[in-house]
Amino acid sequence: MATYTEDDLAKDLEGKEYEFGFTTDIESDKAPKGLNEDIIRFISAKKNEPEWLLEFRLDSYRTWLQMTEPEWAHVKYNKPDFQDITYYAAPKQSKKYESWDDVDPEMKETMSKLGISLEEQKRLTGVAVDFVMDSVSVATSFKAKLKELGIIFCSFSEAVQEYPELVQKYMGTVVPKQDNYYAALNSAVFTDGSFCYIPKGVRCPMELSTYFRINESGTGQFERTLVVADEGSYVSYLEGCTAPQRDENQLHAAVVELIALDDAEIKYSTVQNWFPGDKDGNGGVFNFVTKRGMCHTNSKISWTQVETGSAVTWKYPSCVLKGDNSVGEFYSVAVTNNFQQADTGTKMIHLGKNTKSTIISKGISAGESQNSYRGLVQIHKNAENARNFSQCDSLLMTDRCGAHTFPYIECKNSTAKIEHEATTSKIGEDQIFYCLQRGIDEEKAISLIVNGYAKEVLNQLPMEFAVEAQKLLTISLEGSVG
Amino acid sequence: MITIKNLHANIEDKAILKGLNLEVKAGEVHAIMGPNGAGKSTLASILAGKEDYEITEGSVDFDGEDLLEMETEERAREGLFLAFQYPVEIPGVSNINFLRTAINEKREHKGEDPISAKDFMALVREKSKLVELDAKLASRSVNEGFSGGEKKRNEIFQMAMLEPKLAILDETDSGLDIDALRIVANGVNTLKSDDNATIVITHYQRLLDYIVPDFVHVLYDGRIVKSGPKELALELEEKGYDWIKEELVEA
Repeated sequence: MATYTEDDLAKDLEGKEYEFGFTTDIESDKAPKGLNEDIIRFISAKKNEPEWLLEFRLDSYRTWLQMTEPEWAHVKYNKPDFQDITYYAAPKQSKKYESWDDVDPEMKETMSKLGISLEEQKRLTGVAVDFVMDSVSVATSFKAKLKELGIIFCSFSEAVQEYPELVQKYMGTVVPKQDNYYAALNSAVFTDGSFCYIPKGVRCPMELSTYFRINESGTGQFERTLVVADEGSYVSYLEGCTAPQRDENQLHAAVVELIALDDAEIKYSTVQNWFPGDKDGNGGVFNFVTKRGMCHTNSKISWTQVETGSAVTWKYPSCVLKGDNSVGEFYSVAVTNNFQQADTGTKMIHLGKNTKSTIISKGISAGESQNSYRGLVQIHKNAENARNFSQCDSLLMTDRCGAHTFPYIECKNSTAKIEHEATTSKIGEDQIFYCLQRGIDEEKAISLIVNGYAKEVLNQLPMEFAVEAQKLLTISLEGSVG
Repeated sequence: MITIKNLHANIEDKAILKGLNLEVKAGEVHAIMGPNGAGKSTLASILAGKEDYEITEGSVDFDGEDLLEMETEERAREGLFLAFQYPVEIPGVSNINFLRTAINEKREHKGEDPISAKDFMALVREKSKLVELDAKLASRSVNEGFSGGEKKRNEIFQMAMLEPKLAILDETDSGLDIDALRIVANGVNTLKSDDNATIVITHYQRLLDYIVPDFVHVLYDGRIVKSGPKELALELEEKGYDWIKEELVEA
């Protein structure tokens, strides 16, 4: 009676491997391969940047040359050849679009394949999207509406031209250019990204959303995001990422800096679905990202991430709780399947008094993958009454994958309260059997169980993102129990 | 409803069922009793479709279909329900979401539209009363943090929601106090009809005071060795299983 065999299933899954694997043929304006000071000058000139920014880049580059690639993460990969990467690839028609109708139809199609038709979004969700394809931001919607409130939401390049004083004031203050190997590289060669400024006391009325996509073959994506929430303001920022399917590894080294001034709140959500490599572990994106937020007095920064893609992930969205009574939160679901490797977590640096941090990390490992949580909770000596709660759970789908937890705690103030909970469990065959016995097929059963497991984190996402994230979890884990 | 003929089953080359025969008709309640290790729970697991067992011989006909050829979820959708001896916890998945998914899978199987939210909630209210299940438990994660009694009541609640043709209760009485036992039994009795059937697997006669069986079978060493009316249960309670073993040796 069972006509649907395992082979059929395997075929189905192969077809589903990476739903976003297509490339868009838009003539691009590429820099020659390789990295040297001339390339950096080329990028800077292309972007018509002020002198100080070129200096920032060159200085970062020189620092980077002195640095070595970090090896402490629990991941193994062939190091990228930095001379074999194209550092600048802009779609040729990179003019700014006044209205949505002016946008290249092919590009629109790309976006609709991503399931983020802007028209749809405009109509249905009221989300403003800044779309970054291969380094240059091509469409920004809702700008006028935001402008009325004094909110700036634009591409990084545009911010450099239009608001150089703001960029210069805040850029590199949270993630210094010498911070780490990839951050230094990004500081030298970043091509574009997003900039957001919320003025004093303004509550941003919509979710601000950016989609990143690596399109050109052999291009690294080095985007930079800077979000500044001025005193008493609030913003929720969404970031989604996809990349086409390619055999070679693509490098993605981004820097995200968040600044929450006194009494401000920033909620930053990411759904990362870069190409994870095929089922044999070929190709995929190297995702080496530095994300950090600075919390001033009474402010709050909340990171939520759903990480399902990338061959190798190295990422620790962190909070520096500098101001008294500031709050840092980190909610993460990281899924690894096949040969994916993820080393991800957070750092909560408590400097101010009565600072609070919460870490909820849910790792899901399937296939032959390796999934590590690495986190640091640091209480400095002046941080009276600091509180931290960490919960790190790991779910194993097979007996060939690995889940690891590396929690670091450094406490220099005896008034601190730090709690750490960790669990590791294997997805129960008995749980699946229970679902099957109630008539729920295996695919739905896994989806139910995994989404239940990740619920605490998914609940943190804005509604439309949560639905997408749930689907992603299910797609990423299809046929993965064993 | 279900006809089991000469069923043999192994687990890791060890024979557990050794030629089991059983026929249950619509409208009947059958009790299966027997000492530890006789194969009672194995029988329940095999009928439900657990894959740990190797069927070496025999057949099971479920409403005209070859049950052993059906996938686990298909058996469930066709109306076979197992009340688990140890109900499984599924953290983060609400009972309601779980049941709604289950009901809709069954409806889809029958070519029906998904149940409306309104009808579903009305059904939840109606059926949770039946087993005196706190409405709060219905919205909590499946079995997570439930007491032993609550888990068993939740099984009967699910059974009530899914309205199976054939329900198999695997040691549903174990770990229940007398009040919970009454509630569970009451639920089962209320759901009984001419169109469905129940197999009650139990160690003790106690449950059968509340769920009165039409037939009692003794499962021993992988076979049904004795069948009789409900009075057989009382006899077993009084005399234990040794006399049956002796009878077998004599025969």
